[in-house]
Amino acid sequence: MCGTCGCGTDGNGPIILKPGEHSHSHHEHDHHHDHGHHHEHGDHSHSHDHAHDHKQRVIAVEKDVLQNNDVLAARNRGYFEAKNIFTLNLVSSPGSGKTSILERTLADLKEEIPFYVIEGDQQTLNDADRIDALNIPVVQINTGKGCHLESDMVYDAVKKLEMKNDSILMIENVGNLVCPSMFDLGEKKRVVIISTTEGEDKPIKYPDMFHTADVCIINKIDLLPYVNIDIQKLKDYALQVNPNLQFFEVSATKGEGMQAWYQWLKSNI
Amino acid sequence: MHELSIAMGIVKIAEDETKKAKATEVSKIELIVGVLSGVEVDSLEFVWSSAVKDSVLENAELEIIKIGGKGKCADCDAEFEMENIYDVCPKCSSNFKGILQGKELKVKALEVI
Repeated sequence: MCGTCGCGTDGNGPIILKPGEHSHSHHEHDHHHDHGHHHEHGDHSHSHDHAHDHKQRVIAVEKDVLQNNDVLAARNRGYFEAKNIFTLNLVSSPGSGKTSILERTLADLKEEIPFYVIEGDQQTLNDADRIDALNIPVVQINTGKGCHLESDMVYDAVKKLEMKNDSILMIENVGNLVCPSMFDLGEKKRVVIISTTEGEDKPIKYPDMFHTADVCIINKIDLLPYVNIDIQKLKDYALQVNPNLQFFEVSATKGEGMQAWYQWLKSNI
Repeated sequence: MHELSIAMGIVKIAEDETKKAKATEVSKIELIVGVLSGVEVDSLEFVWSSAVKDSVLENAELEIIKIGGKGKCADCDAEFEMENIYDVCPKCSSNFKGILQGKELKVKALEVI
């Protein structure tokens, strides 16, 4: 069965494309499972000697389920560090403004800092086309039915980007506040975005995502006069989940608050 | 529904280990799932049968060992039980804590034939 979407076929894996490229197959599995690190657990295995057993043995595996993802994420991270590429993993629910924040940031800073973008969505090249319109190198990962990016997809996407040293890579994850939290992509910082049109209790409703993030951007602050949200309460909830979170309050459409975010980006490369 | 990805990761580990042990089939698998791991045991059980179809795990008995959460307060050093990742220290109400236990997500053992 296909692991990405659970469909009955063997295909429908992620499709990784640059704007203008075409996918030749809707069912190409592009997962790299290079597992060079099999740690033999020596003599941990032993045979059971039940009278009625036929060669039944117990293997003490003791392996992290996410190990494959973590190993490849570490490989990505090493590459980014060696090239001094500051890598961000942007996560949020759909519609909180990830792509708008990205567009604004790229438009305002692209003359100063080389940027690269990896877009993750279930379908379409729409987001990649928005970034491409700003002349920023971008690769789109379509996860099909998959609800999150994994480190092997980023590994393959990065190979298409041919990135320069001393730059910033923005990875826009699939809009989903649950699943991406468990999957390390090799990023330096995880940025969770929440908008003022969402409930202030979202951090405790979806704690895993806020727990694993380093930065929280509160977007759409220009709508504050019209929406019923207590920003302080939102922050308190977020800090309860993760006391180390750093906040930025912005409006990606109006530009308010973006300077502080830019300063933070610049201070990291 | 990331539990499907998780289940497929488990299948992959089981396939590798079974092959290494020169066995053909798994009769029982023991998983360790911490309450703070981010995996819902119910969802995992829900996707299990479709995930293991046509794999070495197809006929395996699934045993999930749940591990409770434990934290240690960074301010007052109190150790306490955790049910949620955002639980505060019951003694001093601090948000700052280290998680001692409950993030586990592991394949513990396989019984192979």
